[in-house]
Order: sequence, then C-alpha cells, then structure tokens
Amino acid sequence: MLNSIWFGMMAASILCAAATGRLGELSTALLEGAQNAVEFSILLLGSMCVWLGFLQVAEESGLSRLFARLLSPVIRRLFPEYGQDLEVQGKISMNLSANLLGLGNAATPLGLAAMEAMKEKNPGQTPTRGMILFVVMNTASLQLIPMNMAAMRAANGSVEPFGILPEIWLTSAASLAVSLAACKLLERHWVWNR
Amino acid sequence: MEQIGAAALPVLVGLLLLAGFVRGVPVFDTFLVGAQEGIRTSLQLLPTLLGLIVAVTMVRASGLLELVCGLLAPLAQGVGISPEILPLALLRPLSGSGASAYTLDLFQQYGPDSELGKIASVLAASTETTFYAIAVYFGACGYKKLYYTVPAALLGDGTALVLSVVSVRLLGG
Repeated sequence: MLNSIWFGMMAASILCAAATGRLGELSTALLEGAQNAVEFSILLLGSMCVWLGFLQVAEESGLSRLFARLLSPVIRRLFPEYGQDLEVQGKISMNLSANLLGLGNAATPLGLAAMEAMKEKNPGQTPTRGMILFVVMNTASLQLIPMNMAAMRAANGSVEPFGILPEIWLTSAASLAVSLAACKLLERHWVWNR
Repeated sequence: MEQIGAAALPVLVGLLLLAGFVRGVPVFDTFLVGAQEGIRTSLQLLPTLLGLIVAVTMVRASGLLELVCGLLAPLAQGVGISPEILPLALLRPLSGSGASAYTLDLFQQYGPDSELGKIASVLAASTETTFYAIAVYFGACGYKKLYYTVPAALLGDGTALVLSVVSVRLLGG
C-alpha cells in the first residue's frame, strides 16, 4: 500500500512539475526535503529519548499499570486481544493520555513503544487487528483542548480563540467514531481475512 | 486556559518522577535505560521519514496540489465546500507544517473569526497527519501489509472535512 502511495506521489509530482515548467523548483525541493527530514529526525531523537526515558520510570513505578487500570474499560473493549496484557494496555493508555492532553511530541514515542510491545507478542508477519486499530486511532485527533490552534487564532487577532471548541469536539469525535467503526466493520470482511 | 496548557507538561513530568522516586525506583538510571531505547527507535525511523518528507516536499513544489484542487473545486462546491478549504483538506493528512502554514494564510486573508477562518480552525484541529502516522508506526515495526488501515483513516478525515463545514454553519456561523 505505502509502495503505491509513495510511487504515486513521486511520479505525479515529477509529471506535474514537467508539465508546468517547475522542474527547477522540484530538484531544489528533493534535496531540501532530504535535509529537512534529517533535521526533523534529530529533533525527534531528542523527544523520543526523553519520553521513552519517562515511560521507563512510569513502568518501573507502577504508574503505567495504574493508567492502564483507569482506562481499561475503554482499552479492553477496543483491544479485546490484549485484554489480559497489562504491559500493552499500560503503553496504549500512556499514548492515549498524551494524545488527550495534546502532548504531540510525547504521543509518538509512547505510541511506538506500544506498537513494539504488540509486535513482540505477535508471532505472525502481518499486523494484528489491535495494531491496525491503534494506528488508526493515532491518525485521528483525540486532543481535548487544542492549545496550539487557540494560540494561533489568538495571535492572528481572534476575539474568541476558544470559540470553536464545540465544533472541534463534535468534528473530531465524529471522525474518530467513523474511523473506529470502519476498522471494526472492515476487520470482519473476507478481503482482509488471513 | 493558556496557563493550564503551559503547566500541564511540567506538572505531569513532576508527578511521574515523584511517583518513581517515592517508590524507590532509581529514577535517573531507569530514565537512561529508556532513553537508550529512544536512540535505536529514532535511527530506525530515519529512512521512513526521509522518504515521506521528500515526497511531500516534492508534491508541494510541483504545483500538484493546485492542479488537483482546480479539478476538484467544482465537485466540492457542489456539496458546499468552498475552494479555499480544499487545499487544507488535501494538505492536512500529508504535512502538519504545510497545513499550519496554509491555515495561517487563511487567517491573514479572511481573519480567524470569519466563517472560512473558523472552518479552517476546526478542520486543522480535528484531524491529524494521517500518512505520517501510518508510515511512522508501521515503518518502525517493519510491517508491509497494511490491510484496511488507509481506508479507515481516510474515512475519518473525510468525515472531519464535511463536519467542519456543517458544524461551523450550524453552531457558530
């Protein structure tokens, strides 16, 4: 899937640039993109190390199991295959909490730790239903208070930076619900059975 | 509200470390074990990020987005989505910084409290960088087959596009 998406993006941008005479910009963009990716990776390295360090402390102290127990009614229903697995539940709940609090740089490292834990317990070569559901949840916005958006609105002269909060809650909740329902329906369909 | 946002992170980290310290966990040593793990994970991610960011930068520089928006504009207008919102809807799943830059443009042109500004705020804040998340999470684990991940995630993004327009017109207008 990612092979065709990536190829499609690369091929379409080359064709489009050739047709509109932007090949010069495109070659700059190619090298710039590579540099940006390395810069971004170094930034990510910092937050990754810090958050995985904190996660380790939370796991040793039992805090992560406490989070898992608090969120377990939700997690057990969504991830029945990990219903008995406190380590995976703990990591999933840490990622969900970071997402809810809007700590974007924490959510990715914690989410990757959860994926690694699920992978270790998966004997197959293909992702489990739980892993797919978990990734899909992370493609939706779970943030309760969109601080960044409010700050951006305020900086541009909005009189009510938080005025659109109900719309954001409604929209993000509905889009998450649709994605989750799609996962639960699609995972039963014969096309994906393996 | 702003103060709460600024306080959330230090308070959280403080409580987390305190819980470890009072339970006798060697906090610094334990932190280092986790941080070590972070180096491996980040390096493993570098190729995935490189491929994705190069492709997104090329798409943005090639003018492909404007072309696709031009083609889709009549269709979108037919269902009540204005042509100014369309680039944001296409950019948001690919690039977080690109989407922010475009939202900022809309704010400066129409104002954050205009209908367009509100729709852009809701859309940008209610969705995530879908393809980045999929590539990073599955890239780190090395799985090739994604099954229904992309369709399920994109259905959510489509819902967010429609609802951002509908909710602003109904609730806030």
